[in-house]
Amino acid sequence: MQLPPESLGGWGLVVALCGGAMRGSIPYMFVSLGECLTEKSGKINLGMEGVLLMGAMTAFGVSDLTGSPWLGVLAAAAAGLLLGALHAWMTQQPAVNDVAAGIAMILFGSGLAFFFGKRFVAPMAPQLPLLNLGGWSHTPAVASALRISPLFFVGIALSFLLHWVFTRTRWGLQIRATGDDPQAARALGIDVNRVRFFAITAGGGLAAIGGAHLTLYFPGIWSEGISGGQGLMAVALVIFARWSPRRCLAAALLFGGAQALGPSLQSLGINGYYHLFNASPYLLTLAVMIATCSPNRSLTGMPGALGKK
Amino acid sequence: MKPPDIEAVGITKTFGALKAVDNVSLHLPPGVFHALLGENGAGKSTLVKCLMGFYPADQGVVKVNGEPLRVGSPKEARRHGIGMVFQHFTLVPSMTVAENLVLARPDLPMVIDWKAERVRLAEFLKQAPFHVDPDSRISTLSAGQKQKVEILKELYLETRFLILDEPTSVLTPQEADEVLGLLRRMVDRGELSVLLITHKFREVFAFCDGVTVLRRGKQAGAGRTADLDSARMAEMMMGEARAERKVGKTRSPGGPVLYLDGIGAVGDSGVEAVKEVRLTVREGEIVGIAGVSGNGQRELLEAIAGQREMTAGAITVDGERHLPTREMLLQHRFFILPEEPLRNASAPRMSVAENIAFRLFDRPPFQKFGFLLDRKAIADFGREMIRKFSVRPPEGELAIGDLSGGNVQRAILARELSSGKVRVLVAANPCFGLDFKAVDFIHDQLLQARNDGAAVLLISEDLDELLELADRIFVMSEGKLVFETTPEAADLALIGRQMAGQRV
Repeated sequence: MQLPPESLGGWGLVVALCGGAMRGSIPYMFVSLGECLTEKSGKINLGMEGVLLMGAMTAFGVSDLTGSPWLGVLAAAAAGLLLGALHAWMTQQPAVNDVAAGIAMILFGSGLAFFFGKRFVAPMAPQLPLLNLGGWSHTPAVASALRISPLFFVGIALSFLLHWVFTRTRWGLQIRATGDDPQAARALGIDVNRVRFFAITAGGGLAAIGGAHLTLYFPGIWSEGISGGQGLMAVALVIFARWSPRRCLAAALLFGGAQALGPSLQSLGINGYYHLFNASPYLLTLAVMIATCSPNRSLTGMPGALGKK
Repeated sequence: MKPPDIEAVGITKTFGALKAVDNVSLHLPPGVFHALLGENGAGKSTLVKCLMGFYPADQGVVKVNGEPLRVGSPKEARRHGIGMVFQHFTLVPSMTVAENLVLARPDLPMVIDWKAERVRLAEFLKQAPFHVDPDSRISTLSAGQKQKVEILKELYLETRFLILDEPTSVLTPQEADEVLGLLRRMVDRGELSVLLITHKFREVFAFCDGVTVLRRGKQAGAGRTADLDSARMAEMMMGEARAERKVGKTRSPGGPVLYLDGIGAVGDSGVEAVKEVRLTVREGEIVGIAGVSGNGQRELLEAIAGQREMTAGAITVDGERHLPTREMLLQHRFFILPEEPLRNASAPRMSVAENIAFRLFDRPPFQKFGFLLDRKAIADFGREMIRKFSVRPPEGELAIGDLSGGNVQRAILARELSSGKVRVLVAANPCFGLDFKAVDFIHDQLLQARNDGAAVLLISEDLDELLELADRIFVMSEGKLVFETTPEAADLALIGRQMAGQRV
């Protein structure tokens, strides 16, 4: 992600950060929206890291084999749906703990991705076309920052769509009721297990699209370390966003921006503490967790049945 | 739509070896207010679930308007206008009143047209018996308001035969009279039939036309309330006449023991829930704290018990600073009986005997060589306490979570009162949801502790209980003690206004 060093001064950093936020936020966006949907139904899917890697590998492989990156995105979503369905089925067995199953899913998803991804390590697959919104600018840095992946807009649309679903549709109300008080939901005639199954499965599908962005965007390669824990951080981000899809969007942009801090400074020629700045999303996650957790207070907006049997 | 005519003939329902309902018949013509009376475990819920068609009766038949009710589908009951308000709330806490009502609609379209729904709701609320703001979130409502929303939900679904399961246990007396009174008026207008499951005689006499009494699954009696009196009904319910109160107040209070010095605490949502609570409880005295639930009582108890951080103030026992540590609790002989003890004061999957031993397990004779538990001593002690406090069934090895509410309460009370002379006892809603035999037992124990010289702080939402037991009563509203009175001087209307937060 090297931007040509420009003499825009302080603005250079802002432009680079904004561009970086729009790129880097995409995986966070999709995973956090998927996790938000999952958690609204009262279940936790920690396995999003595995889903993200599976999505990345599948998208890459299918794009490489068929030559169509969009087919790759669809295939990634399908892989995510399968993993989500597996997690949903597992966590609804008696005496299965959400968190333990989630950790198993991280290992399973990443293991599966590494296994099938072995043969894709070397090549480059066709990438998603970018939308060139910076054509008006004569400053290369601005033009480059405004070359945006269409998935960015899909993610924004999704966050608003999800908010609409939660407030204005029968399914949305049923998912919220299920996640907040399954006992009450049952009394309303809602099939709690079915609602959760669909929410967790769909959540996995959404998250995997975030993985597709990782491999189908510049530089367009697949490697095993490609996700760098973004799947797990996105889960924490949902807490930060208080289980609201629109706040997930904002939080994803913040995390994307934090992730872009190191590369942006480097593009301006500031190389000192490069690795420290690269750690900023992780530090941000830690800070968020500390700031939001208190023994005397329950989190507002948290689905009441989250993580309980 | 008229209320349906419901007739149950010879209903019998068996679970394993237990005959939960045994040959019970009941006829409710349209437009009656009928009471179903019985102790815990008498088969009231089972009978009602048969009436609702939740599960089939082994014998007998339920007829709705003369036709047999098809079993196994709650929708079938709904189609006939039969609905039920359960004892536990079935509202989604994070949603608004409007969302809860709309979500309950069986024919809810996929995309909700909120504008149209709001118009319908507003129209419904205009002629509804009580008003609740449709935009308030359920989690911000008091228990009484939630109960009203539950009833509104049923009426919104065009329920014409309403079953209420112990609806007034969470209401102030005024609220209970208001809710039941308004429903009574709907019954008088012929718009509704009500089947009220209760154990409060007062409600039976004030609101019901007829009553059916169950005892151990059998129909112990039935009749028109006009033909019955409470002694007769108690006899039907228990199979014997209600025992006279055994324990009275035998002494007057002595010197101060427990002093709460300006206690403050923060609630779950981060707002100040308890504000500068200051009071003294004397030796041999019961001080009551009245109030509608959700006015800081739970937080106050948790702060006293050490389950919640005190943000201000201090606790003193006999002039010494008290901190809620294990050592100090024992040293000051300080005991606590929180509300819902199964959740707040026990380990549900551990046995009754183990739960009873929690206060003393790490001391001789329950501990050997300084670190080993003597299981036999714990079991023996458990058995003795179970006998003394009549816990049913008398099996120390049973998980405490498998006991009924009244028996959990007895077991925990046994633990708190067994460890020697009690100096301070703090209890919260100790009789919530219990039948009157259990209530009498708990009340006797509290009075006994008082007579033995304990300083008792009784936090209760049941004003009748406080008027009966307490020597002095405070009213708590919005986290503060706003009013003090004695049972003798108590003005019910004034207390009610203070509870509702109206300053005069």
